[in-house]
Amino acid sequence: MSKYTEDDLREELKTKEYEYGFFTDIESETFPIGLNEDIVRAISMKKEEPEWMTEWRLEAFKVWKAMEEPDWANVNYTKPDFQAIAYYSAPVAVDPNKTLDDVDPDLLAMYKKLGISVDEQKKMNNVAMDIVVDSVSVATTFKKTLAEKGIIFMPISEAIKEHPELVRKYIGTIVPTTDNFYAALNSAVFSDGSFCYIPKGVKCPMELSTYFRINQGGTGQFERTLLVADKGSYVSYLEGCTAPSRDENQLHAAVVELIALEDAEIKYSTVQNWYPGNAEGKGGVYNFVTKRGLCEKNAKISWTQVETGSAVTWKYPSCILKGDNSVGEFYSIAVTNNHQQADTGTKMIHLGKNTKSTIISKGISAGKSQNSYRGLVQISSRADNARNFSQCDSLLMGNECGAHTFPYIEAKNKTAQIEHEATTSKIGEDQIFYCNQRGIDTEKAIALIVNGFSKEVLNKLPMEFAIEAQKLLEISLEGSVG
Amino acid sequence: MLQIKNLHASVEDKSILKGINLEVKAGEVHAIMGPNGSGKSTLASVIAGKEEYEVTDGTILLEGEDIEDLAAEERAHKGVFLSFQYPVEIPGVSVTNFMKTAINETRKAKGLPDMPANEMLKMIREKSELLEIDRKFLSRSLNEGFSGGEKKRNEIFQMAMLEPKLAILDETDSGLDIDALRIVANGVNKLKSKDNAVIVITHYQRLLDYIVPDFVHVLYKGRIVKSGGKELAHELEEKGYDWIKEEVDA
Repeated sequence: MSKYTEDDLREELKTKEYEYGFFTDIESETFPIGLNEDIVRAISMKKEEPEWMTEWRLEAFKVWKAMEEPDWANVNYTKPDFQAIAYYSAPVAVDPNKTLDDVDPDLLAMYKKLGISVDEQKKMNNVAMDIVVDSVSVATTFKKTLAEKGIIFMPISEAIKEHPELVRKYIGTIVPTTDNFYAALNSAVFSDGSFCYIPKGVKCPMELSTYFRINQGGTGQFERTLLVADKGSYVSYLEGCTAPSRDENQLHAAVVELIALEDAEIKYSTVQNWYPGNAEGKGGVYNFVTKRGLCEKNAKISWTQVETGSAVTWKYPSCILKGDNSVGEFYSIAVTNNHQQADTGTKMIHLGKNTKSTIISKGISAGKSQNSYRGLVQISSRADNARNFSQCDSLLMGNECGAHTFPYIEAKNKTAQIEHEATTSKIGEDQIFYCNQRGIDTEKAIALIVNGFSKEVLNKLPMEFAIEAQKLLEISLEGSVG
Repeated sequence: MLQIKNLHASVEDKSILKGINLEVKAGEVHAIMGPNGSGKSTLASVIAGKEEYEVTDGTILLEGEDIEDLAAEERAHKGVFLSFQYPVEIPGVSVTNFMKTAINETRKAKGLPDMPANEMLKMIREKSELLEIDRKFLSRSLNEGFSGGEKKRNEIFQMAMLEPKLAILDETDSGLDIDALRIVANGVNKLKSKDNAVIVITHYQRLLDYIVPDFVHVLYKGRIVKSGGKELAHELEEKGYDWIKEEVDA
């Protein structure tokens, strides 16, 4: 019996396919490629949007046209040709007004393959789910149960029609159309996403979840999530993503806006598993996402993310701590393998007094990947007694990957307390041998070490998600020690 | 139990072991002593199956089976245990979680189901009492921030949990104060039986006052140059290694 070497492992990894890389042949209506005012209007018309929304989109489009794609991130990729992308694609059989029984059986089969049950009888315990395939939301479960509490959870396209006053009041207030290149693009062409409103004093009784899936080739996905937690309310929100394996790079440019009013708390968790490209770095999703939350007085926003997918990730879930005593948290695990590149982190903007933020970032790099943490902690002049604690740990596997940390600190108030800790370590042969000697094989040893490294963040995820995330980490890194 | 015949081994093309012959029977305790750089730790690593060490000649038989082609974890599954001289840290992985994984992986290799949780707990309770380990210690990250003594005690705790056939203790006494040494030695003595064997690698005779060997071997320049009973250890303690070096180099 010959030894199972690291090379065998590496070989095995290469042949390991992305589990969610299938394509479902559903009849889709896809717009012609390219982007101009007519396309923006057409999307808006398709969605039967009110005039103000159309105007808002057109304004964003104007802004976007004048902008340039940012290149300050520590990533290298061929810039997408924005005129070669189709900006709207929808499975035709989906009509949001129909019940689940009317949904295309092919679509239901796809969910099954993804491990999602839209059948409320067989649903995951206590998770209400909205599912977005390509550009439209296809199923929202538990609407009725939530409605009894006055909670609104529906596709944003419906919310624009049914609750225009709420959407109009908040959309673009946290991430304005002028914020950045991808946010402007998203504002012009977003086709769906989730909208959520938790009324005053209501603790949302279940996890709310949105599942994003890119299915159609040659399309971009631009979803928009708007979540408003009214005074004293609480909500925990989960977001998951997958896409088929394709040779081309697909663009995903989402915007997520969170608003936590006085004494409200929002917990936002993401498990991002977009197709990362193959072992040679061909294909994969470009994940250029703007996520930001605003905290009013005594409010709290907590971002937790597990990022294992995408060819290129550009993403900085941030908190504006506007109200006094508000709290912002960012817990992140970013895994890169093969040729993946990630530039991710957070911004904590302290405006109010006694505001507090915590940043825990765990970067794991393997293969030939590059993994960067980029974070800004900003303390404004009136933010007395603001506190921040940041910890950025990097774990390297092999000799061809890179880990980078770019922490920025801007403090304009002398009472600020800012702590930053950073470590970089490598999974050592000695650690592996130690585990081997106790009867644990190399693959299991890596999983054990990585899970230990990520524990602080994994513990922040809701239970079912944590187990899923743990498995995902193992799959993403199988055999990556060199 | 263990038969080593004419074992030659090298690391990065540097030859370190140059023809070791050693037979350890069940129920026996063997001590391997020798000056620094004589190859003691290399011998331990080679038996345990560390990949960087290449066996260039000779055989290692465990209960009659040639284990040379077995990976380290497979040797562990067959009952080889190494108490490390420098145990590594694994942050975020508790001692308990690590042991649970090790035991269940070994059971899996033998076609057994996972150990039931209550059985595992009972075992942990017994073994931690045996080694006078505070239960709180078991929820700490493996070896992270452990004192030298805690690390070694933790090694012997793992040995107690895994119940190996052949335990190799590599410089287990280094970094131990006298109380810790006694606890560790007591633990090893209680775990000793007629069905298992222990190889104690040590620099000093001190540990051998507590774990009394049946045989003492002196390793020098990659060979066993002298073997004897426990009195040989005393002689070495008294006279040092120079007389042996002179005898060999002459």
